[in-house]
Amino acid sequence: MTRKGKRLLSIGGMFAVVALAAGLVLTAMSDSVAYFNSPTDIMENTPGPGQRIRLGGMVETGSVVRDQGETVTFRVTDTVQSVPVTYTGILPNLFREGQGVVAEGTLGPDRLFLADTVLAKHDENYMPKEVVDDLKARGLWDDESSRPMATEGAGT
Amino acid sequence: MIVELGHYALILALAASLIQSVIPALGAYRGDARMMEVGQSSSLGVFLLLAFAFSALTVAYVTSDFSVLNVYENSHSAKPMLYKITGVWGNHEGSMLLWVLILAFFGALVASFGRDLPPSLRANVLSVQAWILTAFLAFILFTSNPFARLFPAPFEGQDLNPILQDVGLAIHPPLLYLGYVGFSIAFSFAVAALMDGKIDAAWARWVRPWTLTAWIFLTLGISMGSYWAYYELGWGGWWFWDPVENASFMPWLSGTALLHSAVVMEKRSALKVWTILLAILTFSLSLLGTFLVRSGVLTSVHAFATDPSRGVFILMILCIFIGGSLALFAFRASTLESGGLFQPVSREGALVLNNLFLTTAAATVLIGTLYPLLLEMVTGEKISVGAPFFNLTFGPLMVPLLLAVPFGPLLAWKRGDIAGATQRLYWAVGAALLTAIIAIALTQGTEVLASLGLGLGVWLLIGSLTDLAERANFRKAGLSKGFARLKGLPRSAFGTTLAHFGLGVTVIGIVCVSAFETEIVTSMEPGGTREAGGYEIRFDGMSKRQGPNFSEEVGTFTVLDAGRALGTMESARRLYTARQMPTTEAGIRTNWFSQLYISLGDSAANGGATVVRIWYKPWVTLIWIGTLFMAFGGMVSLADRRLRVGAPAARKSLHASGAKA
Repeated sequence: MTRKGKRLLSIGGMFAVVALAAGLVLTAMSDSVAYFNSPTDIMENTPGPGQRIRLGGMVETGSVVRDQGETVTFRVTDTVQSVPVTYTGILPNLFREGQGVVAEGTLGPDRLFLADTVLAKHDENYMPKEVVDDLKARGLWDDESSRPMATEGAGT
Repeated sequence: MIVELGHYALILALAASLIQSVIPALGAYRGDARMMEVGQSSSLGVFLLLAFAFSALTVAYVTSDFSVLNVYENSHSAKPMLYKITGVWGNHEGSMLLWVLILAFFGALVASFGRDLPPSLRANVLSVQAWILTAFLAFILFTSNPFARLFPAPFEGQDLNPILQDVGLAIHPPLLYLGYVGFSIAFSFAVAALMDGKIDAAWARWVRPWTLTAWIFLTLGISMGSYWAYYELGWGGWWFWDPVENASFMPWLSGTALLHSAVVMEKRSALKVWTILLAILTFSLSLLGTFLVRSGVLTSVHAFATDPSRGVFILMILCIFIGGSLALFAFRASTLESGGLFQPVSREGALVLNNLFLTTAAATVLIGTLYPLLLEMVTGEKISVGAPFFNLTFGPLMVPLLLAVPFGPLLAWKRGDIAGATQRLYWAVGAALLTAIIAIALTQGTEVLASLGLGLGVWLLIGSLTDLAERANFRKAGLSKGFARLKGLPRSAFGTTLAHFGLGVTVIGIVCVSAFETEIVTSMEPGGTREAGGYEIRFDGMSKRQGPNFSEEVGTFTVLDAGRALGTMESARRLYTARQMPTTEAGIRTNWFSQLYISLGDSAANGGATVVRIWYKPWVTLIWIGTLFMAFGGMVSLADRRLRVGAPAARKSLHASGAKA
């Protein structure tokens, strides 16, 4: 093989692999990425069915209902709106009423959020970072107490 | 008093590394041997100073000196002694201190074992090391001082995050840091070589043992971290594609690529420019990992209390080192002459393919990790890129690479024979196809992908052994002569085989657990039984227990096989009193390579029933056993005579001691 041919082959090969990777990244980005939404976002512009969502807010006090088995329903609130969530499985250790939570899943037809994961990533104040940022951006966060603004349904 | 001495030692270390940043490099530039010598003593001095500072902090932890802010925030007098010691690096300040201690340790190793390096190269390397050290010492002293005092001293500390109160903390961070920071040596060698403007095959021979050492530690560190997360978090997963995991995985991918390209450079003095670039990129990714984990841009168990000024400081360090080294590379790379030519089908070609796939895979992981951060910065929109993204992108990129692995060692340098290599791999092809067909038949065609995955694993196992078998030439030479030949092979040949074999073992573990695990989430009453993986699991009831700094509710389970009790398993919910923080202690029972895994959920409102999650994980331990093979392969390679710095050129001595380079 000539030197030029070899160079063409290696550049072509490299291009093919990078193109393959780029293709994979683009497909995966459109299908498997979850967008963060607050309960208000969901109530105002309902996402399409099947769209993966990360729903973040506080677990509304008094809303947690366990049936006999392993299915749990609760409401997630951002102190303005709240969304009912159902989840089958074991809740993370730090899941508590009045505390922050992030649930990942899809929105069902009757606006019931079907969570397949409930996340337990918290800082020491039991608030997920994205929930805090969201509340801060909408002026629902009290900087002094490092808690959400007190309204009924939230806070302990 | 000892605390102040520790603080003072830290400041002295900063001063000494400032000197070391300038004098040896200046000496190398001027050709002044005495100035170059400064690097030797100052490297050792800085290491001793930092070792003292680290011991001072350890003493404060062991004696529970709560007048030190760091100890107060992260320790408790009732904490077991092991966690008092490991708690030293179970927090931001202490872990940064460990980081620089290890950096100084590697510097001291270069200073004491690098006697046979050309003096100017060694002086430059030590200076570059000192630049990194200076930056991070300044970071510690100005933003994260572990020795800050608290007045008045509280009576009791706030305890260590309970998730970290585990032996895993004694093992995972030191190993990981030895890996992360170890790549700084390859980086320093690359930058020093660019400053010198002269790189040859000998350079690759000097760098390879350091890269290999770092790679071994990083492999073990990631693997132990994965096992720790698996048993401690109670989610039963072994890899979450969490940004923090990715932060350690990216340097591993590019470090693996570096390891392979350095072989080409050493043997054929080709790929010089590329190897230098990889050395720079690998450590840059380590720095990026440090930034992601330490700056608080991510929330995870690794991100301790956050402070925005720290993030900005590390970001500056990151920009200066990555930007500076890449700029230097851009200026000087053209002065490096390229080396040997080779055909696309050859050992070199195979290693280029390896590099191409590994770096592309690292790039996709980088995109998936950074894209959400960048998007949020630019548009404010928050997205999460999770496991599905990485499985879709990383997986398909790995398949062709894994298929190619057994061919590499069988191809000749310069010009290889792909048909001949395929012919020699007929055993591997046969075994792989047979495995896949049997697996498809056993699962009745429901798990075609997983069956092919198992075939791929077997392909790697047999394929990696093929190289050794071929070299020993058992077929023609017979058994005894074959073994004699095997003994005469260089150790690096065994290292390659072990590492590639381990890769196959890990692949089989991953495929088995992903495709064939059983998971049951159920509510159980005492006396109730459930079936998982062919075993019957009986819930015997809950009891309460008191630990040194926690209280726990323990669920006891009996494992039965066809009515016969095999043993009991305990799974617990703990509440750590000082922080009022609950944790899950999963119950794990290992049977050969498979595991039963039980974690407890909440007690249901009515009576004694409890929500239980039971997994049967077939062959899951192979995932970690495979990584042990890889690391062991690395160690065997490291013991190869050729790689020891200054070892006389290959003399026939099979009894050479396995001293590390």
